[in-house]
Amino acid sequence: MIITNMLFIDILLVMSILSLAWATLTATDVRRSVIFFIAFGLLVTLAWARLQAPDVALAEAAIGAGLSGALLLTAVQLRPRGTLPSEALDNEKQNRSNRADLRSSAAIRWAVTLLCIVLAYILIWALLQALSSQTNDNLAQSVNANLANSGVSNPVTAVLLNFRAYDTLLELAVLLTAVLGIFALSEERAGYAPAGAVFNGLVSWLVPALILMAGYLLWVGAHAPGGAFQAGAILAAAGVILRLAGKPDIGLPVSSTSYLNIILVIGSGLFLLVGLTMLALGRPFLGYPEAMAGKLILFIETAAMISIAATLILAFIGGRPHNREDG
Amino acid sequence: MLTAHWLYGLSGCLIMALGLRAVLLNDSLLQRIIALNVMGTGVFMILITIAYRGPDATPDPIPHALVLTGIVVAVSATALALTLIRRLTEEQDSD
Repeated sequence: MIITNMLFIDILLVMSILSLAWATLTATDVRRSVIFFIAFGLLVTLAWARLQAPDVALAEAAIGAGLSGALLLTAVQLRPRGTLPSEALDNEKQNRSNRADLRSSAAIRWAVTLLCIVLAYILIWALLQALSSQTNDNLAQSVNANLANSGVSNPVTAVLLNFRAYDTLLELAVLLTAVLGIFALSEERAGYAPAGAVFNGLVSWLVPALILMAGYLLWVGAHAPGGAFQAGAILAAAGVILRLAGKPDIGLPVSSTSYLNIILVIGSGLFLLVGLTMLALGRPFLGYPEAMAGKLILFIETAAMISIAATLILAFIGGRPHNREDG
Repeated sequence: MLTAHWLYGLSGCLIMALGLRAVLLNDSLLQRIIALNVMGTGVFMILITIAYRGPDATPDPIPHALVLTGIVVAVSATALALTLIRRLTEEQDSD
């Protein structure tokens, strides 16, 4: 009976996810697309929880649905630039008429659709092969066998910060590259009007709670779902809220470029430094000694959390902050 | 035997293919970025389904770590792409 109930929930969830994906992709209005996308992200979070991936669910809720949604909403808000949405749409259509003509020609549409149907068919075939074959979890088994030596007991954190630490170091480099690209392209966009009393009251409760929650997620990541990425995203959410409330200060040293640069680089920098220290001590790159592994992972994760949060906040404000002291 | 988690994998395949179609055919740059994110989520769904080992077993942590990395890389790529669009709109307006 319980199994049938769960299956019913699964079917309901999968149908909702599919229809929201369809609605996101086919909406003619960009605003609608964004709202559907946020709802899609929230339901996908439920699917991750259902598939026993709580680490991924936390990251999806904070980043996939939350921050991506906030980024897309600000982009849409800036879009029409004083014109009505329909006029903006017309202008845009005119600007891109050549490309649009090419893309909307019936032959190309059909060819692309056919390609995607074939792709879906191949993917489903490959997935069914993978799921029905005898699973031979060599990698998962070696993770479990070495988990006791990794310094943490959450297998996902062990993979991210110990067994596959290279990947995470390069991921932090990707974040740094993205923020440098954003700095090169544009300046901070105009801020928001100062919030009223009610919103300010909410902010003064919410921001400390978010900071506390980020610290908890960072700490708990060693043995339960959580970690630097989830914690960084929660801290960034605190920054986004401060920004929305029209505060000049967004939790970053905006008046000092050098401090800001240090905060952005500290995650990948310290990670790299730890890796090189291991090399200097005659160990493999990022091969932590067992006794120190737990402490080193927490050290790296704390630095990574700070850089991740700063990167995401700066992505939200849209560029290098203006120097507040110069006005 | 068809069990519940297969449903998620199959819908992951469909979402990935639908997303790709929208990325290739949509006229609006913003909607193409959204479609790219939807497509990515389809890939994540396939990976998480492959990691699933039944209601009582621990799932494979490696695809989970891959997806976590993927989510963070996707949001930074989205942020950079949105800034590029913003710059593009500014350049077009000043023409």
